[in-house]
Amino acid sequence: MRKLLFKSLVQGPLTEPPPAADEAALAELAARVNQASRKRWGRTLSIREVDAGSCNGCELEIHALNNMLYDLERFGLRFVASPRHADVLLVTGPVTLNMREALERTYQATPEPRWVVAVGDCARDGGVFAGSYACAGGVSAVLPVDLHIPGCPPSPTALLGGLLALVESVSAEGS
Amino acid sequence: MASLNDLIVSNAAVERHRPWPRAVVSRKSWQQAADRLHSGEWSLLGLWGEPDWAHMAVTEPETHACAVLSVACEASRFPSIGALHAPAIRLERAMRDLVGLEPEGLADARPWLDHGKWERHPLGPARHSPAALRAYSFLAAEGESLHQIPVGPVHAGIIEPGHFRFTANGETVVRLEERLGYAHKGTESLMAGASIGRAAVLAGRVSGDSTVAFALAFSLAAEAALGVEVPPRAVWLRALLAELERLANHFGDIGAVCNDAAFAIMHAHCALLREQVLRTAETCFGHRLLMDRVIPGGIQRDITAESARALLALVANLRKRFPELVEVYDNTPSLKDRTVGTGILSPALAQRFAAGGFIGRASGRNFDARRTPGYAPYDRLQFEIPVVRAGDVNARVWIRISEVGQSLALIEQILDQLPSGSILAGAIAERSPHGREGVALVEGFRGDVLAWVRIAAGGSVERCHLRDPSWFQWPLLEAAIEGNIVADFPLCNKSFNCSYSGHDL
Repeated sequence: MRKLLFKSLVQGPLTEPPPAADEAALAELAARVNQASRKRWGRTLSIREVDAGSCNGCELEIHALNNMLYDLERFGLRFVASPRHADVLLVTGPVTLNMREALERTYQATPEPRWVVAVGDCARDGGVFAGSYACAGGVSAVLPVDLHIPGCPPSPTALLGGLLALVESVSAEGS
Repeated sequence: MASLNDLIVSNAAVERHRPWPRAVVSRKSWQQAADRLHSGEWSLLGLWGEPDWAHMAVTEPETHACAVLSVACEASRFPSIGALHAPAIRLERAMRDLVGLEPEGLADARPWLDHGKWERHPLGPARHSPAALRAYSFLAAEGESLHQIPVGPVHAGIIEPGHFRFTANGETVVRLEERLGYAHKGTESLMAGASIGRAAVLAGRVSGDSTVAFALAFSLAAEAALGVEVPPRAVWLRALLAELERLANHFGDIGAVCNDAAFAIMHAHCALLREQVLRTAETCFGHRLLMDRVIPGGIQRDITAESARALLALVANLRKRFPELVEVYDNTPSLKDRTVGTGILSPALAQRFAAGGFIGRASGRNFDARRTPGYAPYDRLQFEIPVVRAGDVNARVWIRISEVGQSLALIEQILDQLPSGSILAGAIAERSPHGREGVALVEGFRGDVLAWVRIAAGGSVERCHLRDPSWFQWPLLEAAIEGNIVADFPLCNKSFNCSYSGHDL
């Protein structure tokens, strides 16, 4: 282990430069972010992830955001364990009817101002599960959604681009 | 006693069911099959229903024979297997919910996937309005000073939804009961009537971490039904995809188990190795998780000479980096203190539930679908199946560590012997005057995935059933946690790493 720790000391950080904030995401957010919320948030956002019935593919890529290469926390973004500590709900899955109530309750437990980011093609409109008797068909069928990050699943870079756009929007001066 | 083959021979085997036989059996023979499962002579591979039929896939370890048995359900009833053989209970509860079949003698009549939110019996002859909402009654645990801890379906981490009901005496868990079904998406209903191509896409999203395994299982079953010959190059590249998926998941799991023992450095470095696998997958096949790369008839994309070099460079790098991490794992007493002796699953239970993957192999069950029943190209490849009997968290970590080495060697062999030629068979869904059926068992990273499909005369999917390995692993987690402290649950859970979505369908 000493070898491993020593190597970590001398080799320099593995973390990669961030992607630019996603243009499409910035445009989608521009209409929804107001000055009041900007003042309150500064540049740090707490994220509560909610799996509303995904296939777990999106979760794998959201996990990757925490690895050393993407290192989400350097941007002031971090995952928290309770919706009560969260500013942002990061929701995946086509919203199964069996998860609908849990998602609504999680939203209600999140203090305002709060944001909902729908991650993945399923969360956008049900994706390949659209039309199923067991799915609501996308997060916006249940909650007001502020930002969609498409992909099946979105890559960590795409997730970062979307989340950075969110940080940019909420921390920009003026409206 | 008659062997599985004798039973098939003495009953009318169904035509056009491949590669294993399917036999329609009497209620008496069906009940005898339950006896065989109960006595351990046979292992249950799957149990599913149609409006007038109950089907069961079984294997006989002694002869390696596999077969599907079907019993007609008069008035929607069939003799319960779960009444004698506990691993069938949840599958039968799901059959009640989805198809409306009544397993006679099933002791646990609580709904399972049906939470009262959708029309009942979506796969049955007719749908019915949702059941009246009733509180789910958890099993009792009685005694002084017991308290309950409800957890989920929304968890503290970035994980899938499910509910755990712990009953604890102080710090010690005396009973864990799982309640699942939150991720139920109605996948099998969406597959009914779908084209084979769309059904393969859906199969690849039953459990995202096992997308290659599910797409492969579905494709093999459909190809068996249709008699499609997959070009050798595609057969070999499919194995390459499967081993990459196994590697990525094992690295993720080994790190995550250590992380749940608050040992972050292993997690950080394993995540890095996982990321290297995913990036190479993206470079060579165009998708980090390899979704939709296995398609019916072959694979979606061939590799170039450059890709082959990138894959070999990946293997070389992993061979260099991973042993350092294994050494850290093995030489850190504070970490081993958490994993050794924690969450022990007895070999007897692993055997009875026919637990697949690292869970079974860490508890002495020597089973790997790549070897039995086996499928190409693994019959031409050299690999070992690591098995230990300790059954604790540490054993499940070590099986994964050993399997990483096997997968690296397999990738090298595949690249070395890769046949040339095309990667896709010609037209696969030709019309036929008859319906045709196929079945396949594939070894995913988590264990054996069963796929059964009936293709209608027109070439679309009439009915498909996909059984995730988690169906037989989730119940064992309840057994493994008993007597452990609540704080060790995340560690035990991660060492099992069952799929919620794969189970809930």
